Amino acid sequence: MSEATWAKVNNEKCMHCGACVGSCPQNAIYLAEVLLAFSDACNRCGRCVKLCPVGAIRMEGKK
Amino acid sequence: MKFDYDIIVVGAGPAGSVTALHAAKKGAKVLLIEKRQEIGASLRCAEGISREGLEKAKLKIDRSWISTEIAGAKIVSPNGNVFRLDERNAGNEVGLVLNRHLFDKALAADAARAGAEIMLKTAATSLIKDEGKVRGIVGTSFGEPIKISAKCVVGADGYESQVGRWGGLNTTIKPSDITSCFQYRMTNLKAEPDFCEFLIGSVAPGGYAWIFPKGGDTANVGLGILGSRLKHPGEVKAYLDKFIKKDERLRCGQPLEAVAAAVSVSPPVEKAIADGLLLVGDAARVIDPITGGGIANGTIQAVFAGEVLGDCAQAGDFGEAALQKYEKLWRDQLENKLWRNWMAKEKLITLSDKTLDEVVKVLSECDIKSMSVYNLLAALKGKLPDLVKEFEEFI
Repeated sequence: MSEATWAKVNNEKCMHCGACVGSCPQNAIYLAEVLLAFSDACNRCGRCVKLCPVGAIRMEGKK
Repeated sequence: MKFDYDIIVVGAGPAGSVTALHAAKKGAKVLLIEKRQEIGASLRCAEGISREGLEKAKLKIDRSWISTEIAGAKIVSPNGNVFRLDERNAGNEVGLVLNRHLFDKALAADAARAGAEIMLKTAATSLIKDEGKVRGIVGTSFGEPIKISAKCVVGADGYESQVGRWGGLNTTIKPSDITSCFQYRMTNLKAEPDFCEFLIGSVAPGGYAWIFPKGGDTANVGLGILGSRLKHPGEVKAYLDKFIKKDERLRCGQPLEAVAAAVSVSPPVEKAIADGLLLVGDAARVIDPITGGGIANGTIQAVFAGEVLGDCAQAGDFGEAALQKYEKLWRDQLENKLWRNWMAKEKLITLSDKTLDEVVKVLSECDIKSMSVYNLLAALKGKLPDLVKEFEEFI
């Protein structure tokens, strides 16, 4: 299973603000206008889950 | 080798546009790209700025992008003590509330008039590199893949700050240096229409709540919480909703716009340049760590960036040594204050509600004629000597 698939974004909650992107120590998140994409560089640290102002990200199998 | 442009600026926020303007003015061939479909939208900002900040960035105030002229600021402690700053003691620090969607477009238009080209819905997703030098961007434009070459790429990509990291510059910040924010533009409020209000303490752990007037009974009402103080996903919005419900001036209001965002409240980047690469604005982490304001510092830095890049274009050299001049100019102007305010932030976030109540009470009772960190500490010294001792190193 690719690491990228561990992060689950709730698109109904997401406000496409990029708070997760700038907080990611792996630079593994990309915001394409309104869509978040996680790359394989994601190491499931969970920082984005915590920093998201609206709780739109969930990490499965968080380390 | 032939290049499409001298310079590609990634991100058409204030820092990107001002960089593009000043580089183009010196004759550089500049492309300004913005990944969103509209410059200045959607909003990620509380929109307050001081007049002094605008002047330092050589931005001529234009009524078309001012929302509200402010008479002063109020700092409110947890128990409701108020310290008022107005033109009498805050002078030029008293500011304006902007209409960012118009402000950002006006700055981009200035860049265009100086000769910069603009592409919207155009994103960089990686950098072209040649023997360690950055030589353009790879990305998409209106959904089509693109590859554009340039002698230099400017990362003006804001808080996300990915361009620098793709180019090997470290812009990573830790949770204790990130403030996660939520804001509503609200109407039908009973708040003061010409005072910016800052509410400190446990209402917004490690940050503050704000009410910035947007004309009449409308205001930006928001708050930011330090990343290291967050416990549960989504609690930033929950804190704001609770704050609004508890304040009778606000709970009668209704939202017109919801804004989420994060800001860096960190020291500046260690290195803002590499061969063919330069960072400016939030991407270089120059937001004021105490206020979270970034437009003034970002655009001050952008004037230096644009002018140095213009010179580099004329000389045909965008190597790290040539860009070093930019690094020196902006650090001489901003770096000491950024570090000092970051260290002050680290102390301020440790203060209890009770201490903040005392501090604001003492400040409200003394006559501070001109606003400066020194004068504030001097005013506090007599009443709260132990507290001031901890802050004295910042004077």
